[in-house]
Amino acid sequence: MSTDVTPRSDSTPRRQHLRVESLDLSPTSYAARGRHDRWSLRFDRRVVAVCTALTVAIVVVFLTSLAVGDYSIGVLDVVRTLFGNPPDPLAEFIVNGRRLPRALVALLVGAALGASGAVFQSLSRNPLGSPDVIGFTQGASAGAVFVILVVGGSLAQVALGAIVGGLLTATAVYLLAYKRGVQGFRLILVGIAVGAMLISAVRYMLMRAELIEATGAQVWLTGSLNTRGWNHVVAVGIGMAIIMPVLLGLARPMRIIEMGDDAATGLGVNAERTRIGLLLAATGLAAMAVAAAGPIAFIALSAPHLARRLARAPGTTVGSAALMGALLLGVSDLVAQWVLPHQLPVGVVTVSVGGLYLLWLLAREGRRHHV
Amino acid sequence: MSEHRPESRLHGDDLTLAYDERVISQDLSVSIPDGSFTVIVGPNACGKSTLLRALSRMLKPTAGTVHLDGELITRYATKEAARRLGLLPQTSIAPDGITVADLVSRGRYPHQKMFRQWSAADSQAVAEAMTDTGIADLKHRRVDELSGGQRQRVWLAMVLAQQTPILLLDEPTTFLDIAHQVEVLELCHDLYSRLGRTLVAVLHDLNHACRYATHLIAMRDGRIVAEGRPGDVVTEQLVQDVFGLACRVVDDPETGTPLVVPAARRRAAVPAQA
Repeated sequence: MSTDVTPRSDSTPRRQHLRVESLDLSPTSYAARGRHDRWSLRFDRRVVAVCTALTVAIVVVFLTSLAVGDYSIGVLDVVRTLFGNPPDPLAEFIVNGRRLPRALVALLVGAALGASGAVFQSLSRNPLGSPDVIGFTQGASAGAVFVILVVGGSLAQVALGAIVGGLLTATAVYLLAYKRGVQGFRLILVGIAVGAMLISAVRYMLMRAELIEATGAQVWLTGSLNTRGWNHVVAVGIGMAIIMPVLLGLARPMRIIEMGDDAATGLGVNAERTRIGLLLAATGLAAMAVAAAGPIAFIALSAPHLARRLARAPGTTVGSAALMGALLLGVSDLVAQWVLPHQLPVGVVTVSVGGLYLLWLLAREGRRHHV
Repeated sequence: MSEHRPESRLHGDDLTLAYDERVISQDLSVSIPDGSFTVIVGPNACGKSTLLRALSRMLKPTAGTVHLDGELITRYATKEAARRLGLLPQTSIAPDGITVADLVSRGRYPHQKMFRQWSAADSQAVAEAMTDTGIADLKHRRVDELSGGQRQRVWLAMVLAQQTPILLLDEPTTFLDIAHQVEVLELCHDLYSRLGRTLVAVLHDLNHACRYATHLIAMRDGRIVAEGRPGDVVTEQLVQDVFGLACRVVDDPETGTPLVVPAARRRAAVPAQA
């Protein structure tokens, strides 16, 4: 079965710019080819459908978060404002100055957390292997709290502290878990232990701090998108623009490593080197997300898993996990701001929803292993 | 630089193989004859899988070298090595819910690139590999629904789709019942005799090795004790030396190859009917 996308007016195959054919590998696998087969991409129809649906949902949530608020603006006026034609100066100020950066930070941070979680779950071969379970988020938090309370640094320095803390923790966990290569379960156990130690370090710093400073640090530790502005958008945007292409390039060998290191070696993947690259990229994403919005819980844990259940494709798909993360955090921030009687930090919402999700996941896994 | 017979595309010289501090083999040299079905046998923990891991670059030798096609195997880009040498590890993990054909298609990875993800050659190689292993009828089934024997054939098909001239198989018949063991070995026989591939396998069953191997390597305590045609090397003394088993070696009534019959230490539990 083969479908031509270009008009069939000319039957010579040279004139076809894009050909899509179904592959006889699984009911949903397809390949797209360029002219003269200069390039070809393999894709899963269901993954593409899920990504499209998620993108549509993200646009809806995005526009809603720009329209809703104490001063509500119609969606049409929002779109006009985005295209540089605002109905009035106040709308321009509220949309472009206040709501747009916050909504963008939510999407970027959510996408970073989702992609990062997908990588960690793939590397640890465990649905629980997300950066907030295996200690990397706690490392970033400890770094940030250290800067807030001990150094008393600026926002940029807090962000730097989070990134340095995350990378240091990743290195420590990797080295502690290393034994002829890093295996998934060791990584999770060592990560949980290191994370617990870092939490106690954070508690100790909070206990020793002045009350006002401690309160400020505590708010940051909940994870919040309040008062996030264009500087946050630019910082996270640049980080994503650098890391995401690297990550998407490593996604194909990553899916080969899921079959085991020996099989990966046989297929021409340098498992250890690829894994270090993936760990660096995913830790970078997680630390950057923490730096921008604080340790927002459970997005990295749940987004990849939900995306995978929707797509029902074998192996981890980083792209759909990133989109799911963006959607989840976008929705959570809307709920945190407008659905509940009081405005809450978005971290409170994700913790509550994520806790329920984790219970469901554990119950389901428990059933599966006991039957 | 090495004085090996030129007809060996894959050979290891003066290898010291170790896991961390634990040395398995020292000064081990081996060359795999081209176009052969070479089988490595020996008691548990004799270092046979370790040798295979070193030849396939899964284990980095502490000392010594492995050459592939006249070049140090470590000098190849890892994908280039994977286009010359295929590998069936002892255990691999099938991704959840993957179909047979999709798993086999992963064998094409070393032939693909970031923006050359699927070609007509890929489709053809996957179809051929499934036909050669007799799993074409299963291609749309999920791998996790298959029996052990079928699954092993799927993994073999994945390595075949890689289309490498040399194939290394680490215990391909373990966990299979006797009928499936013979089926896999017949397939291996086919691969080297009909398709001209060079095969190296680690096997547990000495009688299977005798019947199917063209070149046998017997190992004990990390050393090679004997190598050559099974008919030339397998004797009662060798089995005693390598496995510590008293036995008789008789002619296999089917093939004339050596057949190892362990010596009886007591009378049969149930006497044969007269």
